[in-house]
Amino acid sequence: MKIIVCVKQVPDTSGKVAVNPDGTLNRASMAAITNPDDLNAVEAALTLKEQTGAEVVIVSMGPPPAESMLREVMARGADRAVLVSAREFGGSDTYATSQILAAAINKIGVEDEDIVLCGRQAIDGDTAQVGPQIAEKLHLPQVSYAAEITKEGDTITVKRMLEDGYMTIKVKTPCLITCIKELNAPRYMSVGGIYECYSKPYEIFDYNTLKDDSLIDPTTIGLKGSPTNIFKSFTPPQKGVGMMLEGADKATCDKLAGILAAKHLI
Amino acid sequence: MSNYNSAAIEEFKGGVWVFCEQRQGKMMPTSFELISEGRKLADELGEKLYGLLLGHEIEGIAKELGGYGADGVYVCDHPLLANYTTDGYTKVICDVIQEYKPEVMLIGATNIGRDLGPRCAARLHTGLCADCTHLDIDVPKYKDFLRSASTLAPAMIDSIPEDDRNLKMTRPAFGGHLMATIICPRFRPAMATVRPGVMKKNAFDQAKADACEIIKPNFSLTEDDMETQVVEVVKAAKKLVDLIGADVVVSVGRGISKDVEGGIKLAEELAEVLGGVVGGSRATIDSGWLSADHQVGQTGKTVHPKIYVALGISGAIQHKAGMQDSECIIAVNKNDTAPIFEIADYGICGDLFKVTPMLIEAIKAAKAAK
Ligand SMILES: Cc1cc2nc3c(=O)[nH]c(=O)nc-3n(C[C@H](O)[C@H](O)[C@H](O)COP(=O)(O)OP(=O)(O)OC[C@H]3O[C@@H](n4cnc5c(N)ncnc54)[C@H](O)[C@@H]3O)c2cc1C
Ligand SMILES: Cc1cc2nc3c(=O)[nH]c(=O)nc-3n(C[C@H](O)[C@H](O)[C@H](O)COP(=O)(O)OP(=O)(O)OC[C@H]3O[C@@H](n4cnc5c(N)ncnc54)[C@H](O)[C@@H]3O)c2cc1C
Repeated sequence: MKIIVCVKQVPDTSGKVAVNPDGTLNRASMAAITNPDDLNAVEAALTLKEQTGAEVVIVSMGPPPAESMLREVMARGADRAVLVSAREFGGSDTYATSQILAAAINKIGVEDEDIVLCGRQAIDGDTAQVGPQIAEKLHLPQVSYAAEITKEGDTITVKRMLEDGYMTIKVKTPCLITCIKELNAPRYMSVGGIYECYSKPYEIFDYNTLKDDSLIDPTTIGLKGSPTNIFKSFTPPQKGVGMMLEGADKATCDKLAGILAAKHLI
Repeated sequence: MSNYNSAAIEEFKGGVWVFCEQRQGKMMPTSFELISEGRKLADELGEKLYGLLLGHEIEGIAKELGGYGADGVYVCDHPLLANYTTDGYTKVICDVIQEYKPEVMLIGATNIGRDLGPRCAARLHTGLCADCTHLDIDVPKYKDFLRSASTLAPAMIDSIPEDDRNLKMTRPAFGGHLMATIICPRFRPAMATVRPGVMKKNAFDQAKADACEIIKPNFSLTEDDMETQVVEVVKAAKKLVDLIGADVVVSVGRGISKDVEGGIKLAEELAEVLGGVVGGSRATIDSGWLSADHQVGQTGKTVHPKIYVALGISGAIQHKAGMQDSECIIAVNKNDTAPIFEIADYGICGDLFKVTPMLIEAIKAAKAAK
């Protein structure tokens, strides 16, 4: 049994983010991190590995520096890693990205008892579309927003979160599941893991490795082939700085209440 | 549907469609928002607007969509559609779209919409824009939007050609630091998921609801199409807060940490005198002080109430993303450099445990004086 986990390296958008004058992101100014939800997917895979002895394979599409992230994930306990990297793949939207990742997963091989895991959403593109789109391309059933995963034989039971509650869903392997932070608390790298991670199998799939896969349509990959295009990108204006009220006493509060009343807000 | 070709864009004359999500026979509020927005787009395109409603024994709730602007509703009724499943819904929606070929397809960006949208777009061989907050067809209107909502240079905005008829789908990315307008020029339908709570609902018109046409398309669905099985659907036991519909939201942040219960109680009291509900920053949800339905922000809810009060919230970009369009923002924070003050209409620098009780009294007095 295999568990294939899709992991993306992303710029850390939680702190200050620098934007270039042309409205693109100044990626060089930001630290590269492992996408947070993907660490929950990795943790779920490692938990299943402990229960079933499954092999955990990590797949990432991105430029070569993503290797350091893949080594880190192997130091947490994953068994091998594949980096999908080619100039032809750059600038792909989610349709194109999922096509390429699906071809890579195809090459790794999805057998009857296997599971593919993704994070729900990457914090840069923020679309949450890649998981379901990989599932469609691979003709796998999908369950997204997983907050609990249990496996009995070939049946997986997932607690799938909704805004107003949850659904319990049963699905048979092979299947694809997208993970949210409520699922688990990711473990850290172990000292032994760090020691071993450089001797674990690490492969690169480039354009030539994947181009003959039936899932790859050269006219719908990369920047030019992507169905969606960026028409304009821009930064939102800062809302004008408002009024700081002097003091933090009763008079200040009375003044504010007076303003709200005058504006008919209360 | 072997002759279906998503690149033959001139064949997609089926109008503007909105997937109208219902749960347990109850329409999700976002369906009305999207029908209202869809009306605007259909008018700009000179096309008709249709709702697409799937479920079991749901025909009775279809006509209401007409009251918000739908010319008609495609109703797909089947016992296997009673609960949402990715397999069942995707099959039926894709079959119907391949037959009727809408030009535009909108889906609410709920947890269900964001499961369904990408699966359908991949099957239909078209692009999907995620979690949009603004939509345009007409370029002059799009330019007006850019003038007020972007920092682009006026000359850059003026230079956009006016003949573009693609659906222009604008969305936040990189945690709200950047906005991108996405188009899907080569394939149809142009698809978007739209963030709940952002689009304004039209006034309901009973005459239009009565006139709304009900269409029952042919489709096939059998047990063999279903690969996932819904064992149960559980509604959250507690009544969830209706942040999106609230006129006033009083949110608390980590600033209440020295007395969590007391801080929440103050927020509840302030919300009560203002006629609103309590929300929170993600810090309060992650700490377990408030349940997840209270979260405002990028990964929580987007709100635009008349009054938004932030008590002890620093104003991280992900929090701002969910509340910066509020009409009037009031912030109380003991740190005068907290970023929340950059977007607050009225800021008070002070301890929320001291300021909030005085504010409650002042508002009570101001209301009594009216
Ligand atoms: C400003 C901006 C806006 C964009 N808007 C859109 C849009 O509306 N529609 C659209 O189709 N594309 C859009 N894109 C392109 C999109 O961000 C990229 O295709 C991106 O590579 C994948 O999407 P995501 O980051 O949103 O991933 P998500 O779909 O949010 O990621 C979900 C999960 O899929 C897996 N995954 C995603 N990418 C990879 C990867 N490279 N390697 C391994 N696993 C991965 C991870 O498990 C991840 O947790 C936009 C890009 C930018 C810069
Ligand atoms: C991918 C991602 C998504 C996220 N999504 C969201 C989201 O949807 N919503 C969200 O809110 N956050 C979100 N965050 C988290 C966000 O970055 C911040 O960490 C969070 O908003 C901080 O919450 P806070 O303001 O309550 O806490 P803090 O940043 O710790 O701020 C507490 C504030 O309280 C003030 N304070 C302390 N004591 C008092 C007192 N007695 N009186 C007055 N003021 C006091 C302090 O000066 C400080 O400014 C997200 C982060 C990431 C990475």
